[in-house]
Amino acid sequence: MIKLKINGQERNWDGDPDLPLLWFLRDEAGLTGTKYGCGQALCGACTVIVDKQAVRACITSVSDVVGREVTTIEGLHPTGDHPVQKAWRQLNVPQCGYCQVGQIMQAAALLIENPKPTHDQIREAMAGNICRCGTYQRIANAVHLASTGV
Amino acid sequence: MNTLTNPNKLRGFERHIKVDNVSRRSILKGLGLAGGFVLAAPVMSRPGFAAYQTGADKMPHGTVVDPRVFVSIASDGTVTIVAHRAEMGTGVRTSLPMIVAEEMEADWSRVRVQQAPGDEVKFGNQDTDGSRSTRHYLMPMRQIGASARTMLEAAAAKRWGVPATEVKAVNHEVIHSASGRRIGFGELAADAAKQSVPSVEGLKLKDPKDFRYLGKGQIGIVDLRDITVGTARYGADVRLPGMKYAVIARPPVTGGKVVSFDGAEAMKVSGVEKVIEVKGWPWPSKFQPLGGVAVIARNTGAAIKGRDALKIVWDDGPNSKYESVAYRAELEGAARKPGLVVRKEGDVETALKGADKVIVGEYYVPHHAHVSMEPPVAVADVKGDKAEIWAPVQSAGGTREDVAKTLGIPQENVTVNVTLLGGGFGRKSKCDFALEAALLSKELGAPVQVQWTREDDVRNGFLHTVSVERIEAGLDKNGKVTAWRHRSVAPSIASTFAAGAVHQAPFELGMGLVDMPFEIANVQCENPEAAARTRIGWFRSVSNIPRAFAVQSMVGELAHATGRDQKTMLLELIGSPRILKLDSVKDLWNYGEPYDSYPIDTARLRKVVELVADKGGWGRSVPKGHGLGIAAHRSFVSYIATMVEVAFDNGKLTVPRVDTAIDCGAYVNPERIQAQMEGAVIMGLSFAKHGEITFKDGKVQQGNFDDFPVLRIDESPAVTNVYIVPPGPDTPPSGVGEPGVPPVAPALINAIFAATGKRIRALPIGKQLEA
Ligand code: FES
Ligand code: FES
Repeated sequence: MIKLKINGQERNWDGDPDLPLLWFLRDEAGLTGTKYGCGQALCGACTVIVDKQAVRACITSVSDVVGREVTTIEGLHPTGDHPVQKAWRQLNVPQCGYCQVGQIMQAAALLIENPKPTHDQIREAMAGNICRCGTYQRIANAVHLASTGV
Repeated sequence: MNTLTNPNKLRGFERHIKVDNVSRRSILKGLGLAGGFVLAAPVMSRPGFAAYQTGADKMPHGTVVDPRVFVSIASDGTVTIVAHRAEMGTGVRTSLPMIVAEEMEADWSRVRVQQAPGDEVKFGNQDTDGSRSTRHYLMPMRQIGASARTMLEAAAAKRWGVPATEVKAVNHEVIHSASGRRIGFGELAADAAKQSVPSVEGLKLKDPKDFRYLGKGQIGIVDLRDITVGTARYGADVRLPGMKYAVIARPPVTGGKVVSFDGAEAMKVSGVEKVIEVKGWPWPSKFQPLGGVAVIARNTGAAIKGRDALKIVWDDGPNSKYESVAYRAELEGAARKPGLVVRKEGDVETALKGADKVIVGEYYVPHHAHVSMEPPVAVADVKGDKAEIWAPVQSAGGTREDVAKTLGIPQENVTVNVTLLGGGFGRKSKCDFALEAALLSKELGAPVQVQWTREDDVRNGFLHTVSVERIEAGLDKNGKVTAWRHRSVAPSIASTFAAGAVHQAPFELGMGLVDMPFEIANVQCENPEAAARTRIGWFRSVSNIPRAFAVQSMVGELAHATGRDQKTMLLELIGSPRILKLDSVKDLWNYGEPYDSYPIDTARLRKVVELVADKGGWGRSVPKGHGLGIAAHRSFVSYIATMVEVAFDNGKLTVPRVDTAIDCGAYVNPERIQAQMEGAVIMGLSFAKHGEITFKDGKVQQGNFDDFPVLRIDESPAVTNVYIVPPGPDTPPSGVGEPGVPPVAPALINAIFAATGKRIRALPIGKQLEA
């Protein structure tokens, strides 16, 4: 039996310890906010925060996060009003929206590490997250807005 | 465990025509919105009227203009407006209901949007493609809103015993100013529902100067909050009790099939419950499933792991020799010989012979995959002769028909719930993934979710075609273009529907080939044969991509050959402001729109060129290593011009700035138009720089974002500016979702030439600039 801590809650898993965290979250724990986009750490759609760092849930197995704090979009902020989420809404960032949870989690992790990133630092930190709809200009502006006060 | 402090490290690389448009078309009555809302009364379907004609009524099931189908008001005043088109990121789920709210004087903060299931009899056509939603529904939605407002006003007037002309709906209430009385929509709802629906002809539409929302763009999309907190529901997020998770191993070669398989190893994977064969249809299979072997599991991760352990013997079928290098040579060979003439003015042969100089450009654009961030996915629950589907489909009505046909049950027994689409781009106009889920659910007797992996999406999709575009332009002594021959060779989307379709269909020819807008005395367009060897489908802006790339690159080449400025050359070629006649073109495709409402108007094309040049500062001096490029193209009856600035920094290409101007006629939500244009720039640059799907032994050689890269934020333009031409008073609305894409690649390529003197004629750019 594997014991996990997700968004502050204990969860148990007695299946395959190698199961990617992404599928545990989505299909076993009912936390569907985290998305699948590539399964190979190439797109960032599945980004969650583990102990304050952005992690790709698609190539992280459930056994990898034992004893760590996993935060998904559902646990990012109790009322959904994290500065990054607010900035995203202020700038109407999403188009289809599918990539945006991963983008928001990546941005939130960036701001933990670097509360005042430069434009180039934002572009570098967000470069692992694909948005096929092409919302990049607004993503960069929203991260900047979140870092300077919404 | 992987910790991504630097995400780059783990990067690893570093629609539509309905072929049976006419047969599906029928005029039927609406059925009324059931449920606890009080505006639900018997419904009559009425033809819409419009100040301008669109092709809306020629679409399958046409339009339904009835407030009782689209609007309901609860007694607490909540107004529910139905969105009957699919949301894939264009903002249509916000924009169409906003039109209704505008006209009925509803307060947007008290409006709820309800997604319609697939039911074209009730809601009218639901094919969300072809950049048609605003163009076809601006006027019907205004009429629906105005009808609802009129009914509310009539109810209030009756209650107060005053003439209806004395009352007025304003911001969610009706006011009688003479007596100062006012009453909320909620209180009036029950009475309003008893009013007869006013005739469309007698409706008074709001004066545009009184618009609160239309044309303003201050409103966020309706799903904004849900998206940012992770509760927005896409196809993959549907959960039903007892639902199984499935992935399918599909034939690696189009037209291939399963000979035999061994699922024993797969069954040993923890969480795997079953391995079964899925029915496939022979090629060309339309939107039907390709078939294969499905692994059913308790979660998607187990299903994928189980699939990896399958042993399958395939019969690769007739396309096992498909090879991209050889195919390109075949297309080039065809482009160098005469082909079917599809447009002819003057005598191109003689004019080319007599020309002072002939400039030849041969351009190549390879297959491309949609790779919407959400790969295809669907949930089905089939019980007996009833089926319920949850899926991110662009074509809710078509999906319903196809599910019914595939399962052999009546359409009335099929419910198609449309989730949000995590991108569509034409891929999700094809409902094959929903049909797979339906077949599996039927066989398993349980609800099932079929998830396509990214590799499935790249390898088993409906690809953008592959084409060679060859243009020969004859110049006289003064550098004036007197002859233009354009041969376009590409397998047709029609090949997905009918064996032996070797010519482009009219709807493809009309996308940038026969509608070429230049004022040249001798013009000939030809379409030599090309046979498809894989599934071809609609990709955002379709054939306009290769055509605009070729035509607008040629403009750059001609500018260079004649020593003219690119923009001067472009405007000279577009020529005088005029309406194109195109008498020699048979079945001219005008995006399904009547030519009178939507003619090819060169004045509008000139205007976007001038606008973008003016705003973008065409001709401004740029630093060394920088270059400016420009391109313009009409598609989806909109006019777009794009200007790109490139910079080379130690040989590395960057794009500091893109400016783009759009004339899309009357518009609803300029903020989403801006978003669509920003996105189109990214997709266009992505296409130009990276996108290529190749085949070897009939198999797609790419699989994921490592070998099929798309543009990332660190390569995106530092700034993208969008300019929208304010509409004339009578300009009908046109398309927005797609037409931003085509001019981007040629503007980029022209800018690269300006900066480096290097002319790229084959996409993607890839490593061509490194040599
Ligand atoms: S799904 Fe994990 S990075 Fe793409
Ligand atoms: S908003 Fe659609 S993929 Fe980013």
